[in-house]
Amino acid sequence: MSSAPEAGAGLSVRLRQAGPIPLDLAFAAAPGEVVALFGPSGAGKTTVLRAIAGLYRPAEGRVACAGQVWLDTAEGVSLPTHRRRLGFVFQEPALFPHLSAAANVALALPAGAPAGAANALLERLRLPGLGARRPDALSGGQKQRVALARALARDPAVLLLDEPFAALDQATRRALQAELAALRRTLSMPIVLVTHDLEDVVRLADTLVLLEAGRAVAQGPLDALMADPAVAARLGRDRSGAVLHARVAAHDAADGLSLLAIAGGSLRMPLMEAPVGAAVRVQVLARDVAIAIAPPQGLSMLNQIEAEIAAIVPQEGYVELVLALPGPDGARLLAHLTRHSVAALGLVPGKRVWALVKSIALARTEG
Amino acid sequence: MAGMDWAALRLSLLLGIVTVVVLMPLGAWLGRLFAYRRFRGRALAEALVALPLVLPPTVLGFYLLVAFAPDTLPGRIFQAVAGRTLAFSFEGLVLASAIANLPFAVQPAQNGFAAVPRALREAAACAGLSPWRAFWRVELPLAWPGLLTGAILTFAHTLGEFGVVLMVGGSIPGDTRTLAISIYDRVQALDEAAAGLMAAVLLVVALAALVLTTLLARRREGARDE
Repeated sequence: MSSAPEAGAGLSVRLRQAGPIPLDLAFAAAPGEVVALFGPSGAGKTTVLRAIAGLYRPAEGRVACAGQVWLDTAEGVSLPTHRRRLGFVFQEPALFPHLSAAANVALALPAGAPAGAANALLERLRLPGLGARRPDALSGGQKQRVALARALARDPAVLLLDEPFAALDQATRRALQAELAALRRTLSMPIVLVTHDLEDVVRLADTLVLLEAGRAVAQGPLDALMADPAVAARLGRDRSGAVLHARVAAHDAADGLSLLAIAGGSLRMPLMEAPVGAAVRVQVLARDVAIAIAPPQGLSMLNQIEAEIAAIVPQEGYVELVLALPGPDGARLLAHLTRHSVAALGLVPGKRVWALVKSIALARTEG
Repeated sequence: MAGMDWAALRLSLLLGIVTVVVLMPLGAWLGRLFAYRRFRGRALAEALVALPLVLPPTVLGFYLLVAFAPDTLPGRIFQAVAGRTLAFSFEGLVLASAIANLPFAVQPAQNGFAAVPRALREAAACAGLSPWRAFWRVELPLAWPGLLTGAILTFAHTLGEFGVVLMVGGSIPGDTRTLAISIYDRVQALDEAAAGLMAAVLLVVALAALVLTTLLARRREGARDE
């Protein structure tokens, strides 16, 4: 059974080996889903992508995509890279230096693609009129867009992104992140994003796979995982915080505020551009949440959310509170407190409290 | 020009061109193999290719002469096909010249292919290019200065080759007497003017070849800095 068709249009990956680079993980990605492989440098993230692409041969594993088996070490199946229908964007753009931007894209187009398809892709990535330029005449951000256009040119069954923003400056990085977030809504293939930057994850991922030394130590839907104290402990004091799905309920232009509905409550944010009814994703960092045991008065904070303490988890040097908003599917928030505050306020699981949220970050508009 | 052995010059140029044409595909293949692949016995293979650089040409010529004898496999095959002996023929000369020039073709080609970043070759595979298409569309356009350097060195070195040609080809006018051999013959005959003229021709060719390869190498360095 070489490349027998199999059910499922998405990607499924299972990799295992003891060394030289240890790997032990399994995950799946549905069409249109963005799976982030997140972890510190040296966690084996890039090796996972390379194994999916066939650029690295793991000791044991199985990779199937769009109903085709790409790798099955048990069956001795391993398709060469060029026969795996994938798009790969590397950390460095790796554009062909002897070809124009359009020719770089055109080289990856399947035979019989209509004339002008390369330029159409470049326009889609906001590079109109730059098709004739050689890579050395493009900026870092432009190069990475061309690389993305080239990756999309062969209509890939999976898009693999290896730290695609790592070599870019902060402003370019933000712009490209936003564009990728917009672009992904028009893409129907699964996307695997490798990054060591949590911001990439919060802005782009649907599913998170947390890697440490090649092992998946946690994986699941981003919002559930981000509210998990065990995951928060790995992310550390300054980076952990809940990711919430919200809907724009109303805008108050006079006060410059937008009202967001979340499961079991609401949030106020500085006025945002998304229309009423739009789905958005926001992040509330745990360090930005304070606790009151009575309805607070005389505070400037916009957001005072009634919640129940779901769990109290001691971490190194602080205590993590998991707060559940009312309702069976009430959203969860994380808050960092000192051991002293927990004792002074008499906080115990089940206690009703008010979460005072100092700041909320808009992660993305989901349209 | 008095004293110029035109037949020898014509033969030298022809031998140079034919050697380049015959050797370059093999040189490119071996150079690419050495640049990209790890395999058992690679060190030995590279040493064998480099051997003509250090072996006295008469030693190489001697072994080739023995190998080309009518009772050996190559000798018999050529005899059967062409009806002549391989030794002391132009074809034998081409074969010997190709072997003697292996390092001059392979090593620059190897450098040329090694200068193509691995990331670009991987990007080509990820873009769906078959190895054959990747070779023509990505590797060759980037490695060509190395291949051209190999071709120029091969050509220039073939023109000047003496020991191997003398051993394998003898000095048959119009057939195997190249310019380098002719110079030797004229010196033996005390015709210093003719020898000097032909030596100058070879000197100019060799110098032009080295200038050209230096320029190509500089171009390659420039390309790598981008």
